[in-house]
Amino acid sequence: MTETFDIIIGLEVHVQLKTKSKLFCRCSTQFGQPPNTQTCPVCTGSPGALPVMNREAFALSLRTAVALNCEIPEFTKWDRKQYYYPDLPKGYQISQFDLPMSQHGFLAISHPRGEFPSKKVGIIRAHLEEDAGKSMHDEAAGKADSRIDLNRTGTPLLEIVSEPDMRSAAEARAYLDELKLLLGYIDVSDCNMQEGSLRVDANINLHVDTAEGKKATPIVEIKNMNSFRAVERALEFEAQRQWRIWQEKRIELGPGEGEKTTRGWDDQNEVTRLQREKEDSADYRYFPDPDLMPVVVTPADVERVRGALCELPAALRTRLATQYKIDAYDADVIVNQGRAVANYYMDVADKCGDGKLASNWIQQGVLRNLKEMEIGIEDFPVTSDRLAELLKLLQSELDSTRAKDVFAEMLAKSCSAREAMKSLGIEKVDAGELESLCQALLAKNPQIVEDLKNGKLKAVGAIIGQARQQNPNANPNDVRAVCLKLVEQM
Amino acid sequence: MSLTDSTATELLRELNAKRVSSEEVTRAYLDQIPSLDQSIQAFLRLRADEALQEARDVDRRRTAGEPVGALAGVPVAVKDILCMQGELTTCASKMLENYRPPYTATVIEKLRQADAIIIGKTNMDEFAMGGSNENSAFMATRNPWNTDCIPGGSSGGSAAAVAARMAPLSVGTDTGGSIRQPAALCGITGMKPTYGRVSRYGLIAFASSLDQVGPLAQTAEDAALLLEVMAGHDGNDSTSAAAPVPRYSQTVTQPLSGLRLGLVKEHFGDGLDGEIETAVREAVRVYESLGATVQNVSLPHSKYGIAVYYVIAPSEASSNLARYDSAHYGYRTDVTEMLAEWEREKKTLAACGDQEGLRRLDSPLVRMYRQSRSEAFGPEVQRRIMLGTYALSAGYYDAYYLKALKVRRLIRQDYDRVFQEVDLIIGPTTPTPAFPIGEKADDPLSMYLGDLYTVSANLAGIGGISVPCGLTSEGLPIGLQLQTPPLEEERLFRAAHMFQQATDWHTRKPSSIQ
Amino acid sequence: MSLSRADVEKVSLLARLRLTPDELDRMTVQLNGIVGYVDQLSELNTDDVEPMAHAIEVHNVFAADEVRPSLNRDLALSNAPKRDEECYRVPAVLGD
Ligand SMILES: [Mg+2]
Ligand SMILES: [Zn+2]
Repeated sequence: MTETFDIIIGLEVHVQLKTKSKLFCRCSTQFGQPPNTQTCPVCTGSPGALPVMNREAFALSLRTAVALNCEIPEFTKWDRKQYYYPDLPKGYQISQFDLPMSQHGFLAISHPRGEFPSKKVGIIRAHLEEDAGKSMHDEAAGKADSRIDLNRTGTPLLEIVSEPDMRSAAEARAYLDELKLLLGYIDVSDCNMQEGSLRVDANINLHVDTAEGKKATPIVEIKNMNSFRAVERALEFEAQRQWRIWQEKRIELGPGEGEKTTRGWDDQNEVTRLQREKEDSADYRYFPDPDLMPVVVTPADVERVRGALCELPAALRTRLATQYKIDAYDADVIVNQGRAVANYYMDVADKCGDGKLASNWIQQGVLRNLKEMEIGIEDFPVTSDRLAELLKLLQSELDSTRAKDVFAEMLAKSCSAREAMKSLGIEKVDAGELESLCQALLAKNPQIVEDLKNGKLKAVGAIIGQARQQNPNANPNDVRAVCLKLVEQM
Repeated sequence: MSLTDSTATELLRELNAKRVSSEEVTRAYLDQIPSLDQSIQAFLRLRADEALQEARDVDRRRTAGEPVGALAGVPVAVKDILCMQGELTTCASKMLENYRPPYTATVIEKLRQADAIIIGKTNMDEFAMGGSNENSAFMATRNPWNTDCIPGGSSGGSAAAVAARMAPLSVGTDTGGSIRQPAALCGITGMKPTYGRVSRYGLIAFASSLDQVGPLAQTAEDAALLLEVMAGHDGNDSTSAAAPVPRYSQTVTQPLSGLRLGLVKEHFGDGLDGEIETAVREAVRVYESLGATVQNVSLPHSKYGIAVYYVIAPSEASSNLARYDSAHYGYRTDVTEMLAEWEREKKTLAACGDQEGLRRLDSPLVRMYRQSRSEAFGPEVQRRIMLGTYALSAGYYDAYYLKALKVRRLIRQDYDRVFQEVDLIIGPTTPTPAFPIGEKADDPLSMYLGDLYTVSANLAGIGGISVPCGLTSEGLPIGLQLQTPPLEEERLFRAAHMFQQATDWHTRKPSSIQ
Repeated sequence: MSLSRADVEKVSLLARLRLTPDELDRMTVQLNGIVGYVDQLSELNTDDVEPMAHAIEVHNVFAADEVRPSLNRDLALSNAPKRDEECYRVPAVLGD
């Protein structure tokens, strides 16, 4: 029989929390400063210095954990994870081991076109820990020294560990997209992979259906992926690689834990490569940090956090679709742009009273321009008020062609719809003026009048065209209505 | 009486009355230290010029009628484990031989705010690991009562400095008895406050959940004065107690009435020196004569104290000392030489085709770590790092570390129970008097047993004080230990002062300095 | 429990210490002495005892998220065994 297999994927995401100062000292977390200018006795591990926990970092991690539907244990503590590396000046990382601040949550993912079934990806745990510094290999020096920058040391990270619930690279991508979106909505992280404020490690293996039953291939942890696209590619590559190896060698996952090899993603050549194991791999000798006191979180604290949480993307998608009567797909597109765009949309839709119209204009007008201009909605010249005004005019006196001109002008001049119309010379044609224009055109086109009398209403199109040639402000609907009325009166 | 024979309380009275200047006091100590310290070696470094400068500044302000601090102009010796920005702070280790901290410990800041004059940094066992001062990388401090003997440790330099009248006050740290034990062996008063009473910020950590800074002095009254200055909540230390600090120096002279003392049955078993037992029982009678009632109590788990301590302290130490990796500060081996040796090893292994050997060969970075640490840490420090690393390693954590944490709670519960019946626990500070230098050098375990009566207070986090209560037939001091419930330092000082009002052991001086 | 010489060697790597063969022998004897003494703890039943990692029971100690000045870089790097203007320097972290 031909064997089939499932791809089993779990993700570990490290997210930098949006605090001003570090997790255990008050050095700034600002990105991109000159090396070793953001350090102090605490984050350089100076003898005698002691950590004090950043209140905001804990609050942000609690908010995240609640948004990820996690259980929040009443008691959580800090542990030391011990290993030697020059970017870890204390010789240990302060992290959480057996009593993390949250566990057993989930994140729902779905595909708007149903490319994979909607599912809840389990969250095993999310815990708070400090980041390490940066090692730079200095080849110019020839002597092969490494240079150590400790600016980043002690930056607060939330490590979010998923269950191995994903079955394809596309699902993993969807999980990451949804996670990043959620973190943006609740405003806990910038999630900027280039600046290292979001990092992903992936665990992957295959469950193969064989004649002897289900067999698992050894688990591989993939590191060094610097974009979500890279995660997708690396997982696709690794699944195929493991399938090939399985067919050749039929190596199974051994009993017990820790049977894991680490491979790095090579973005240039699009392959994963085996990474050298550490000398004394993974005896981290965790033990409770005697310098830090535990944290107690009461159920009432958790309820307060839950109560203060904003509407999350999943709920917002449903609400947009029902309240504004737009497609699930359109709701998805809008929500996935982030909270600012979603708020913009709702503002426009509320003010112009037409959710579908607002959705179309935002997707076709606003989003495209944001992308071209490489700016955020906050900096977009056509504010929600202005767009709402334009859409109301569109519903009354502007035709859609003219409205597009007006929109372009609003964008170019950073002005209101009325101002744009004025500068384009668009104004409503006076009723008397319109009637005499129509009369003159009908008089010039007896054949059309004849057709109209015979019920060939389409014939009015030619009159409309001529009317707009003479006066671009002539509204096609108005011209049609006036002409039909005049012909009837003849 | 000479200036250097005075207590800090007496000096302060004279200074405040402007009958003597701080410069005179400071100079008096600085003048006699060189000759005395030649044989005792209590100080690693003096701050002679800085101290005199600071003394003159205090004098100027005092004369001008400006407000001055609670220890204005009084010299204090400080254990070389507390960080002072820009000034050498070595922990008596080759690892930190040239280390100048980029910041200052909270305790030092507080001493400065109180206008104390820090006259020098005292010797200690390397990283506070040891009970004899033999583990200093630089020199062995000697007991002023008999310079062939150890002064105790790890705050041996601080204790010897006060005992030999080279400073009226000194600051030590106590992780398993490191203030009380040398105080006992040097015939002075030494106190370990409740865990959290004094900030540990800037105290170079040995075992973080046990370390506490405390005062050493001639009298309980002086110790109260010094603790009052050093104690208090510190936002830079998460384990710092938020409780307000009583005015110990004001209340210390008030006797306690109806004092209930508990004599711990387990403190009078095998291993206790006969002369020490006699002296302690006599001290108990002194208290009875002062109206105290005495009852026998039991701390059944105290006999496990040493075992618990020698799991928890090395475990924490193995972690705390991981930062000495020669990457960011501290000693680094000669890397050029090291790399040359590494290349030779690699070649040899390759030449004989030893694949396993090649696989196991350290990377240059790992080799740098290992070689630097082994060259710069002394044998006792290495032993404890090994012990702690082992106790925390995969497969042993539950049997050693976790087990020790559980027995630690049992030890604390013993105290909680006993303190429902008595106000103070009374007993010997050490099982034996000071021993000759070198006697226990090859027997770490017997050295560790010297902490038998003191470690439990550290494990439980409670306060303890040692006061002189006699001399052996060989003329070596004997210490009496009192212990109280958490944050009851005031009671300890008052009880110790009562005893010192009724006895004169604390006024005895080593014959060598008479 | 007792430690073999090989155990002690393994621990010395974890602890980043380098012991000579003689030191390894001595360390093995000494550690076994201490561990043997510590083994007396196993005679106690501690099944229902909560471990005590801290000497005081305080919870939720936090500091406000306010940036304070960092160390001047020269001061921060002043104790480095090897450095340049900007960074600490160590032998290559990438291995051989
Ligand atoms: Mg992590
Ligand atoms: Zn810092």
